[in-house]
Amino acid sequence: MIPVRQCLKLTPLCSQIRHGSRMFPQLKRGSFNRITDEDVNLFAGIVGQNGIKTEELDHYNTDWLNTVSGFTELVVSPKSVEEVAAVLRHCNGRRLAVVPQGGNTGLVGGSNPVFDEIVLSLERLNNISHIDPYAGIVECEAGVILQNLSDKVGEHGYTVPLDLGARGSCFIGGNLATHAGGLRVVRYGQLRGSVLGMRVVLPDGQILDGRSNMRKDNTGYDIKQLFIGSEGTLGVITDVSLLLPQTPVSVNMALFGCDSFDDVIKCYRLSRQCLGEIVSACEFMDSLCMTSVNDILGLASPLEDSHPFYYLVETSGMNMDHDMEKLETCIEKVFESGCATDGVMATSKDQARHMMSLRENIAPALKAVGFNYKYDVSLPIQHMYSLVEKIRNKMRKTEGAFSVGYGHLGDNNLHLNIITPQYCTQALSLIEPFVYEEVSRLKGSISAEHGMGLKKANYLRYSKDPSMIAMMRSLKDVFDPNGIMNPYKLLPWND
Amino acid sequence: MSGLRVLVGCKRVIDYAVKIRVRPDSLGVVTDGVKHSMNPFDENAIEEAVRMKQKKVVKEIVVASCGPSQSQETIRTALAMGADRGIHVEVPAGTDANLQPLAVAKIFSKLVEKEKPDLVILGKQAIDDDANQTTQLLAGMLDWPQGTMASVVSASDGSLTITREIDGGLEDISVSLPAVISADLRLNEPRYATLPNIMKAKKKKIEKMTPDKLGVDITPRLKILNVVDPPVRQAGDKVPDVTTLVEKLKEKGHL
Repeated sequence: MIPVRQCLKLTPLCSQIRHGSRMFPQLKRGSFNRITDEDVNLFAGIVGQNGIKTEELDHYNTDWLNTVSGFTELVVSPKSVEEVAAVLRHCNGRRLAVVPQGGNTGLVGGSNPVFDEIVLSLERLNNISHIDPYAGIVECEAGVILQNLSDKVGEHGYTVPLDLGARGSCFIGGNLATHAGGLRVVRYGQLRGSVLGMRVVLPDGQILDGRSNMRKDNTGYDIKQLFIGSEGTLGVITDVSLLLPQTPVSVNMALFGCDSFDDVIKCYRLSRQCLGEIVSACEFMDSLCMTSVNDILGLASPLEDSHPFYYLVETSGMNMDHDMEKLETCIEKVFESGCATDGVMATSKDQARHMMSLRENIAPALKAVGFNYKYDVSLPIQHMYSLVEKIRNKMRKTEGAFSVGYGHLGDNNLHLNIITPQYCTQALSLIEPFVYEEVSRLKGSISAEHGMGLKKANYLRYSKDPSMIAMMRSLKDVFDPNGIMNPYKLLPWND
Repeated sequence: MSGLRVLVGCKRVIDYAVKIRVRPDSLGVVTDGVKHSMNPFDENAIEEAVRMKQKKVVKEIVVASCGPSQSQETIRTALAMGADRGIHVEVPAGTDANLQPLAVAKIFSKLVEKEKPDLVILGKQAIDDDANQTTQLLAGMLDWPQGTMASVVSASDGSLTITREIDGGLEDISVSLPAVISADLRLNEPRYATLPNIMKAKKKKIEKMTPDKLGVDITPRLKILNVVDPPVRQAGDKVPDVTTLVEKLKEKGHL
């Protein structure tokens, strides 16, 4: 195993930004028109002068990982569905390419321009219109920040059915467009299961009103589901109705140290058997991940020694005594079976938060170390870590490279990250397409939750049959015949 | 110096990260169904005792808590952190909010008579009443020296050197044993209770007692009249220029 200390050297970030187009030199700008002053004035007429930005656009052009950057000259921020419609109608008529953007926290370069596409920001559509405290339903606009939504529904004793590290910046509209996963899928299921209704604006400006608060509604095709996960390539989501779970009263967290990934799987199985319905998160990380958050961010491990693997389990329930009883049984069984050699349980909310922050800060910690090649894959559980080991072996001769694995164990979702001091095509060639081939061979998904965006679009065939891809293209033509909505994303442009 | 016996106090309080809600009758806060944990300053107290034991300065740590039956969980956490045995002085549920520092100090002084420790470590204050009185009252009752707001404690032959956090900065004092000290947040970083230790802690002894058996009258001497939320912060006024600012200040009688 590569000694960690020599790999963890901070590198300046500015050297990492790649223009989306330069990351893929064969990608050519589509035959879209270019923005003129008349276009800008017209947009200003629709959204107001405050809704137009033509300067200091780095933050819209560049992704959170500082790995891709476009060069848009215009950001338009409408504040109502009618304004969104008017903007898109004009863009469609003028054949101007558009990138809808939420919190810009995506990890696959899907929310940034590749060339000069106009950024349509949802930041001003941030109204939470209505909370039904009896049914547990919230109606809100797409530009609401997830943390704010969570706080607001929290006042009524409800919680949002998804949670992820980006909660302070991501928008619910973006979460829907990318069908974000996060920490609580194992408990609340995938986001699309909690969506009761949605309103979408099509690329030609037509408003598709699918708003509804019905828990059950089998009246015709469920078209909103197409837009969920469409990554802004079929239209712009403006409003949503979400079904909310109760805020749990008793939350507990336990962290186990394990000697092998097989032990992690055993731990996981035992914990699900003992804890059953109160499980609300099952995460794992390897020792390099723990060392990274310790050293880069100064977050201490609650365990005295270092372990090859860590398994984190969170429980959420409505009765503290009941949950504690289950947890105690689980802990006894885990130690009796020997699948964990140490562990801690949070005895206060602060400790619980700290333990979860160790897992949530892996991505920010790794981001500070060098260039991150990030892979988010679904694999059969017994193969989840062997992929990390294979990649680590492939990268063993690359100077300064190291590989880590962590992720949503409960969803069989591995986050494989390879870090090199600088972006390097040679390193990339060792990783891709090998990673995708391996995942495809194991019949996994090459993108469990991050989506395809720009970075993975050309690899769609590794997880989807040609007939499916052809159908996706047909649907894209139906909704967006001029191809102006988030071009170069999701669907392969060069396979 | 080795082989000291330490008595540490801990209290079960509403978890400090919980949003507190005032009861409808305005006589207290809502505790039903709300997450409780060990008082943060008490964690520092236990941690200090455990560290002293690891350094072999301390031989035995007895942890005591006064409260309802659920206080046993708090004692178990302390046992999991490294205390050797526990004492639970039980008061009926619902009356614990009226268990005031004077009563607690009296209880602890009886426990000291019984256990004969060389050192008592308490948390500086409880985060529910913020009283910061028990240590001082106890020291007075026992006629023992006290080192309060301790942020550094070091032991040497029969005495302790303590750094206290005070308004002006830091104050170093030396106290002879036996003594009472109260732990401040910067004293140490409390350890997590490891799961193997949590399981071992189940086998450690917790002795049950009541204030009656100790001969202590815990009748409250203070009566809570009213508990209210802090007033909602008023929005400020933005003024366009200095002249208007001066006018407004004069209007409100500030100038």
